Amino acid sequence: MGVNQVTPQSGQSQAENASALSATAEKPSGLKPKRSKLKSAGAATSPLLGTAMFAPAVTYIVLLIGFPFVMALFYAFSDARIGSNELHFVGFENFRSILQSPSFRKALENSIIFTVVAQIVVLVSANILSIALEKPFRGRGAVRFLILLPWVAPVSLGTIGWKWILDSIYSVITWVLIWLGFVSKFSPPMWLGEEKLAMASVILVHCWRLIPFSTVILLAGRTAIPKEIPEAASIDGAGFWRTLFQINLPMMIPILGVATLFGTIFTFTDLAVVNILTNGGPYDSTQTLPNYAFNQGIQGSDLAAGAAISAFLVPVLVVIAYLMLRVAHRAEVA
Amino acid sequence: MAVVETRNLTKVFKQGELGAVNEVSLESREGEFLVFLGPSGSGKTTLLRMIAGLESPTAGEILIGGKVVNELTPRERRIAMVFQSYALYPHLTVYNNICFPLKAQNVPKKLHKEKVEWAASLLGIGHLLQRKPRELSGGERQRVALARAIVREPSVFLLDEPLSNLDAKLRLSAREELERFHRRVGTTTIYVTHDQVEAMAMGDRIVVLNKGVVRQFASPKEVYDDPADTFVATFLGSPPMNLVENGEVIVGFRPEHFRLASTIQEQKVTFKFRVENVEYLGAEFILSGILLGGKLDGKKVVARLLLGQEFQIGETYEFAVPERHLKFFDRTTEKKTEARALAWA
Repeated sequence: MGVNQVTPQSGQSQAENASALSATAEKPSGLKPKRSKLKSAGAATSPLLGTAMFAPAVTYIVLLIGFPFVMALFYAFSDARIGSNELHFVGFENFRSILQSPSFRKALENSIIFTVVAQIVVLVSANILSIALEKPFRGRGAVRFLILLPWVAPVSLGTIGWKWILDSIYSVITWVLIWLGFVSKFSPPMWLGEEKLAMASVILVHCWRLIPFSTVILLAGRTAIPKEIPEAASIDGAGFWRTLFQINLPMMIPILGVATLFGTIFTFTDLAVVNILTNGGPYDSTQTLPNYAFNQGIQGSDLAAGAAISAFLVPVLVVIAYLMLRVAHRAEVA
Repeated sequence: MAVVETRNLTKVFKQGELGAVNEVSLESREGEFLVFLGPSGSGKTTLLRMIAGLESPTAGEILIGGKVVNELTPRERRIAMVFQSYALYPHLTVYNNICFPLKAQNVPKKLHKEKVEWAASLLGIGHLLQRKPRELSGGERQRVALARAIVREPSVFLLDEPLSNLDAKLRLSAREELERFHRRVGTTTIYVTHDQVEAMAMGDRIVVLNKGVVRQFASPKEVYDDPADTFVATFLGSPPMNLVENGEVIVGFRPEHFRLASTIQEQKVTFKFRVENVEYLGAEFILSGILLGGKLDGKKVVARLLLGQEFQIGETYEFAVPERHLKFFDRTTEKKTEARALAWA
C-alpha cells in the first residue's frame, strides 16, 4: 500500500518530464499515473467502500432468505399457530406427527414422482428440440421464440390457461378427442378429477413450463461442441445414434447436469402448478410437499406443521444440488 | 488403397457468389502423397471436405477407387481424416479414441485390442493408451489422431493441416515422422497445407490452388522450377520469385539465381543492383534493393546469396541472372509463355 501511495506522484512527475521531452510519449505515460491513483484511492478506502458495496446483497439475503429460513426451522420445533399469542418449544413433536400423516407421505411420494418423471420427459424432449433447432432452417427464429414463450409467461397465468384446457366441460383436448372419435361424448375424461389423469396433467404442465428452459441450455451445450468432433465421428463410421449417445451426450454431461439441477429444483419446490390446477386433489392424489405445507401452515393456520413439512424439502434439495454439482464438476475435470 | 479422382468438382456456398471450388479435375496415383497447397480461402479445405463427404458438391463428381462416391456417406467412402484440431474425443481415453472407428464399423470385438495396440505401436504411443487427450502434448495428440485414422486400414488418408498446431521445432520432426509413416503404410494420402515448405518436402505431387481454381498440378520440382503462372511463381519460394515487367511479358527469376555477374560464366542478363537492405540468416544473405538504369530502373528485387561475400548497404553492384533461369509470363493472362529474346537496356 505504501508503494501505491508513492507511485502516483513520482509517476506523474515522470509523465510531465516525458511529455516535455517528446510528444509521442505523452499518451501512454499520461495514462499511467491516473490508473495508479485510482488504485491507491481504492486501496485506501477499500474496507469501507467494500462493505458499503456488499451491504445491499447481504441485507437482501439475510432479511429475505436467511431470516425466514431460520424462522421456519424455529417454527418447526414449536407449536406456533396463526392468531395464537403463545409459543412453546415442542421438540420433534411436529415431525413425528406429520411423518405419521398419510397425506404427508403421499405428498412426499408425489413430489418425487412428479420431479423424476417430469425431468425425464423434459430432458428427452429438450434434447430432441435442441437437435432440431441446431441447424439453420427457414423460420428457425420464429420456432425458437414460440418454444421459449412458456418460460417467459408467468407460471400462474400459464397454469390458469391449462386449467381451462383441462376443464371437465370446456376442455379443448376433450373436444378434439370427441371429434376424432377417441372418447365418448357422454363419459369424457375428467383430466383433473381422476387420480391418474390428474397426476399426468400436473406432470404435463410442469414439462410444458420447463422444456423451453432446458432446450435453451442444451442448445448452448450442443453449440459448444467443436463441429469437427461429430464430423470426425461420422468419418470414423458412427451413425446418428452412436454419435448422439457416445460422443455428443457424454460431452454435454456438465450442461445436462445444470439443466437437471435447475429443472429438479423448479419442479420440486413449485407451488403454483399444483395449487392452481388441483390443489392436491382428488384425495391427495396430486398433493406435493410445497402445496401440503401451504395448506397446513397458511390455510390451516398450523404454522408449526407447515414449517416442519417445508423443512423436509431442505435435505432433499441439498443432496440433489450436491450430486448434480459433483457430476458437473467431474465431467469437467475428466 | 485407392485412387482419388475429381471431375469438374464445384462448390458454391452462396448462390450468385463465386464458388469456393471451381471445376476442379484431378486424379491421384495409387499410394501417392498428394498435397493441396494454397493460401487461406483458396478452397483447399473445402475440396478435401468434399472428398471426405463432409460437404456435398454443387456440381461434379468424386471417384474413389474408380467408383462415384458423391452420394455415399463419409463412412461408406472408407476414408480416414485427421483434422487440424485433431478432433479427439475429449471424454474418451486414448485407447477408446483409437478403438472408436472399430466399434462404429462393427469390427468383431475380439480384434479390437490387437488392432488398437498395432496402431498405437506404429506411432509409438503404446504407453499413453490410458490417458485422456487433455493430458497429452500437441505432438502426442497428433499421433493419437493418426493412430485413430490408421486403425481401420482406410483406402485413403485425408490430412487437413495436421502440423499447423505444433510449434516450429516439433513440426519438423512430426513432418519427418509423417513421411516415414506414409512410406511404411503406402496408403494414398491427400494432405492440405498452406505451408509451401511442407508441400515441397512431403508431396509426391502438389496441387496449387488459388480462389478455388487449380493453378498447377505437378511435382514439387516442376512447380518450383517451372511455375505455370505468376501466382504459383510468387506463392512458392522464400523469398518469392522476382517479377519484372518488360514489354509484353513479365519476366521472373528466383532470388538464388540473381548473383554477382562475375560468378556467372554462361549466357546471362546483367543488371546494376543497388543494395538497400541486408538480412543475415546464418547460412545465407537476403539482399533487397533496386535495379538501376535500363528499362527496369527502380524495380525492387531480392537476391539470396551464400555467405562469403561482403555487401554494403547503398553500394551498387553488377548482378546477373543466367538466361536459362529466366521465366516468362504473359502480361495479361499472367500464364507461362515461351522464352524470348528481350531488350533490357
